[in-house]
Amino acid sequence: MNDRFAIGGKLSKPREHAQLLVVGAGAAGVAAAIEGAQAGLSVVLVDENPVSAGLMGLDVPLFYGQRMTAAVQEEGRMVERLVASSPALEAAYDAGVDVRLGVTVWGAFVNGPAVRALPGRVAGLADADTSWLCGFDALILATGARDLVLGFAGVDTPGVMGVRALDALLSRYDAFSGRRIVFLGSGNLAATAALRAIERGIEVAALVEVLPEPQAAPALMDALAAHGVRVLTSHVILRAEAAGGDVAAAIVAPLQDTGAAERLACDTICLAIGVSPAIELADVAGCKLVARGADGGPVARAVGPAGTSIAGVFMAGDCAGVIDPAADMSVAEASGRDAAHAAMAWLAGESAAETPASAGAAAGDAYVYRMAWMRALVESGGMSAPVCLCEEVSRADLLGVQPPRYLGCESRQMASRSAETLLQDGPLNPDQIKRLTRAGMGPCQGRRCRDQVALLLAMASNGSPQDVPLASHRAPVRPLPLRVLAADDESVEMRDLWDVWFGIPTQWIPYDDIGTEREAEILSAHGGGNMHL
Amino acid sequence: MSARGSSVVVVGGGVTGLSAAWWLARAGHDVTVIDKFVVGWEASGRNGGGATHYQSPLFHEEQRLWPMMDELLGYPTEYRRERIIINLTEEQQARYRRMAAVTRAQGYESTELGAKELRELVPIASEHAIGAQHFHFGGHANPQRTVQAYAWALQDLGGRIVQHAPVTGFATQGGAVREVHTARGSFGCDAVVIAAGPQTGALVAQLGVDLPLAPARAEMIVTEPLPLMKIGGVDGNGLYGRQTLRGNLAYGGGPHEWLDETDTAQMARPATPLLRNLAARLAEMFPKAAQARVIRSWAGIVENTPDGRPVIDRLADPGNVVVATMSGVGFGLSPASGHAISDLVLDGRCSFTDISKLGLARFAGLPRDWRAACGWVAMAEAA
Repeated sequence: MNDRFAIGGKLSKPREHAQLLVVGAGAAGVAAAIEGAQAGLSVVLVDENPVSAGLMGLDVPLFYGQRMTAAVQEEGRMVERLVASSPALEAAYDAGVDVRLGVTVWGAFVNGPAVRALPGRVAGLADADTSWLCGFDALILATGARDLVLGFAGVDTPGVMGVRALDALLSRYDAFSGRRIVFLGSGNLAATAALRAIERGIEVAALVEVLPEPQAAPALMDALAAHGVRVLTSHVILRAEAAGGDVAAAIVAPLQDTGAAERLACDTICLAIGVSPAIELADVAGCKLVARGADGGPVARAVGPAGTSIAGVFMAGDCAGVIDPAADMSVAEASGRDAAHAAMAWLAGESAAETPASAGAAAGDAYVYRMAWMRALVESGGMSAPVCLCEEVSRADLLGVQPPRYLGCESRQMASRSAETLLQDGPLNPDQIKRLTRAGMGPCQGRRCRDQVALLLAMASNGSPQDVPLASHRAPVRPLPLRVLAADDESVEMRDLWDVWFGIPTQWIPYDDIGTEREAEILSAHGGGNMHL
Repeated sequence: MSARGSSVVVVGGGVTGLSAAWWLARAGHDVTVIDKFVVGWEASGRNGGGATHYQSPLFHEEQRLWPMMDELLGYPTEYRRERIIINLTEEQQARYRRMAAVTRAQGYESTELGAKELRELVPIASEHAIGAQHFHFGGHANPQRTVQAYAWALQDLGGRIVQHAPVTGFATQGGAVREVHTARGSFGCDAVVIAAGPQTGALVAQLGVDLPLAPARAEMIVTEPLPLMKIGGVDGNGLYGRQTLRGNLAYGGGPHEWLDETDTAQMARPATPLLRNLAARLAEMFPKAAQARVIRSWAGIVENTPDGRPVIDRLADPGNVVVATMSGVGFGLSPASGHAISDLVLDGRCSFTDISKLGLARFAGLPRDWRAACGWVAMAEAA
């Protein structure tokens, strides 16, 4: 007998199939796609850029901080700029890669433990109008890195943004509306971004660094000095000063004397303390993730230079371990080619090396540096600073594990609870804290707070952020409208044999009727009838 | 009772086990809840939050208790009374008219709404809706907040919660369980409650008891927040769910996937592209919300008994063990199921209603291959 309400055979079939699907058309992804196509594989290369102005407004996928010019609304121009700023894309077209721009990959699904109903290995794709599934034999994720956001008073003011978003607006789209930037951080990430800004005629007011020494390579520091850029070491930002709803200045102060604040006039405050590998799709697919400071955050790299815990799924570029921002483009390209070779070997049935490659990767332990910043921000800024911008959760709300204010909870017992009392039950888990406080539950999908939540939970439990469990990523990994996600390719079985809940005929027989003639009557008249929950 | 133990050990920190523990603690008993991971991590914290279970013998107690739960627990549950079920088809209308009749016979009021009345209450409802049933009872709560509320309320009464402690076995003596062994040591006890969701079958099997259960995965989606409707508990069109008090639309429904018991042991709870079908149904019911962005989906694993009805029973041997599975419908009934379980632990019988038809005896003589006979089998590993 079959359970006609079970899922087997009902999920939509993939609309298309690629031997090699590559997600992300940065240097690594393009190199991987070209390598695959030149070896004769059918390769689909997908990139969500140019993302819509609407998503940019939600700070998805990067922390744009409303610093886009109106140019981002002109889709045609955005595509032109994207192609112009990525010369390798043309080589990919020439190599026969099927390039899709403006297409989002919102999920990657592989049968495994607890799911065997998938119609093969599939990725969920979507453009502005519709969604579909793309089957793949091998998958290379080259999704880059996302901005690391740490809070301070006024972090939600338009004009506070992330370094990767700045890069996208400035270098890729020529759509950055700022004129004068204060950078937070002084590592290679901040220094290279500052130099690129200067190259494009943007003023750099200063780099602010909580540590006593500038963190970037000496050559970069010399180049900044040559442009007269100040580096304020042992300093922290106290707040973003707003005028007319926009950033007007960064108020910074020496760590040892926060009373001696200095006002740095600027229209943009750029968070360049770090970036995190964009591992959303790897997590959704079920790859094992390992948090490593040298990689700049959790990564899925597990086998050889590019392999993950799932056979046939590979990582390349920043998402496999953040590459030193000062490194030449060739490092990312090599990483892409490595992933393509690993994918081709796997497709050819060769088994991969067992040991993961050593970290690529940004020098030093990113967690140590981030913790130094987080501690400085907490010490100077107190507990009222925002953590989750979508759900308006402050540091105090987060560590007090307090419910959202709109519940108007006045319970004395609730007020006595905190991360400290939760710690008595076991290690703090960001997903549990999310459920209680809503931090990370908003439309930006936790992009702007998940790293910070991990740092704050590490502080609260006197541990390392590396040991804080990773908050989960769930499909769709980009916020997509119901109308776009809605399946327009639903199978007849899915449509006709859909039940609210299991469709077990005897489940909804009223208790008093069980074992009576009435039960038999109901079962024969309505097939039991699954009514509701 | 040994030094490290309590009068009652509850195995399973889901809503059912936590509620039972809370009721026992309210009655003045010393209780320890043991969970393999974190309280409410499984289906208890992943469901639709519905609290309208007219088919259950616990229905009246469910309806009586929910309006008081915030106050009784001392923590917010986000419970809101009432629900509306939208009818897009005549078949749906007939089904929910039957539900209205069944509940009216039990003394609960409902009103049938016409298309126009529906759209006044639910402005995003489809123009194609032919009407709705408005139930002036039942409702929804926030599962994640509620499960933690039980846990905290239990602790406030002196109960203990031991997390990250999967149960490895039991020590029995003289027809009773005397100790519960876990990865974090053993716990002495006078009585045991086993309410461990999909793991319940394997646990009672260690006591020589056969409890037929089949685990399955179910999925839900949630959108970004929308303006609050007058009544958040609106569903239909093959979906269950609600608008949260934040404004998100959180809905599930549709096909489930039967799993092997080994699938439930691992931590991952993978979702599938079923979220597209859920999105389609939701947009069909609420076309004016079709622009709302889906921001998450998730899956949970629930267990079902062969007839889909709960087992709440005290074992004959070992005689100090109460076993409970709610067969996939546990959250809403939890205030009442905990009360019933607590009664069984303390008195051997439920004080407020007859639950005799929820005993294990009904499965005596069930063939070994009952899952295959129902078609409730896990799919083969794909190539």
